[in-house]
Amino acid sequence: MSNPDLFTGKLVHLTAEDPETVAKPYCEWGRDTEFSRYLDSNPPFTFSEKKWKEWMEKDLEKTDNHFFSIRTLDGNQLIGFVALFELYWQHGDTMVAIALGPHEYWGRGYGTDAMNLMLRYAFTELNLRRVSLIVFEYNQRGIRSYQKNGFVEEGRVRGAMLRDGKRWDFIWMGAMREDWMRIQQESLRAS
Amino acid sequence: MSIQTQLFESARLRLGPIDHEKDPEIESRWTHDPVFLHGLSFNPARPLSPAQMKKRYEAIEKEIDESHNSFHFMVRSKEDERLIGLARIEWIEWSHGAGGLKLAIGDVKDRRQGYASEVMQLLLRFAFDELNLYRLSAVVGEDNLAGLALLKKFGFVEEVRRRKALLRDGQFFDLIHLGLLRNEWQPVEASQP
Repeated sequence: MSNPDLFTGKLVHLTAEDPETVAKPYCEWGRDTEFSRYLDSNPPFTFSEKKWKEWMEKDLEKTDNHFFSIRTLDGNQLIGFVALFELYWQHGDTMVAIALGPHEYWGRGYGTDAMNLMLRYAFTELNLRRVSLIVFEYNQRGIRSYQKNGFVEEGRVRGAMLRDGKRWDFIWMGAMREDWMRIQQESLRAS
Repeated sequence: MSIQTQLFESARLRLGPIDHEKDPEIESRWTHDPVFLHGLSFNPARPLSPAQMKKRYEAIEKEIDESHNSFHFMVRSKEDERLIGLARIEWIEWSHGAGGLKLAIGDVKDRRQGYASEVMQLLLRFAFDELNLYRLSAVVGEDNLAGLALLKKFGFVEEVRRRKALLRDGQFFDLIHLGLLRNEWQPVEASQP
């Protein structure tokens, strides 16, 4: 039987949005360098609304597009995005990236809920075996959130990043399908 | 090393540009060998015709022009200009001084001759002393024993192990990320064949 709630979690749902709708908020989030420095190793840079729109339009044309916007269930607020990239079908492995724009939604379970939905999609719809991500050493909030969904540290790229005069590691984390399934069953039993 | 040092020459080998006339046919032959392809990429092995290879070379040069974050070398024998392999420094993040490294020897007959070690010495010197990178990464499958041995010989250490990220011939393998920091690099003075 199909799961009617594939894109709906406890706090958020994953949606597809037109570039016009999201270009403006994405552009605003991009001006927040704290946001950029959790999301990307490139030096923070501000993109125009037009540039965001063009980028999203191009991304939509790709056949292997797995880009979702994150909206709250309460009030349907657009708060972030989550996407799969570098997907290797033949190995059953993919990378994932997630970001929440407005600070008031950070550290309150919204990201964890969205990531859980993305993993459910990756493991039960795309039938992938594992999902990988890179988190920067200084993003402890991110690391704790990923651990809740079954991600474990698989290693550290030593000093891969130089920021504020300090060297930081890239931390690779991986979630295996069987670990994620076990967490789902445990939380089902608990509730 | 001095200003007079030839960065792209070792005892037997020379790193140089793509020859768009002669190389496509040779590398096309190499792409029929999955060992060659699996060492370079985690995509499914797929042979390329000389015409497809030609297109690939154009794409490589375009990408280098536009992104300014990779270097691509063809490896040739100094003695007879014969094409032996290829080598890349790629995914450079200039602001962090980090980059990736890749190399492959094409023909089975040219493997186990110490060519890869010679190329590695040139690549490391280029990456650390010319590009002034802080660190280099290489990603290899657990099944690529020759690749792992070569990297470890030059001081690369295992940093990341992505569990069962590779599925080949019905078997799971870990993907291993290795890294070498500039201050761990031991330059080899006289190149040993």
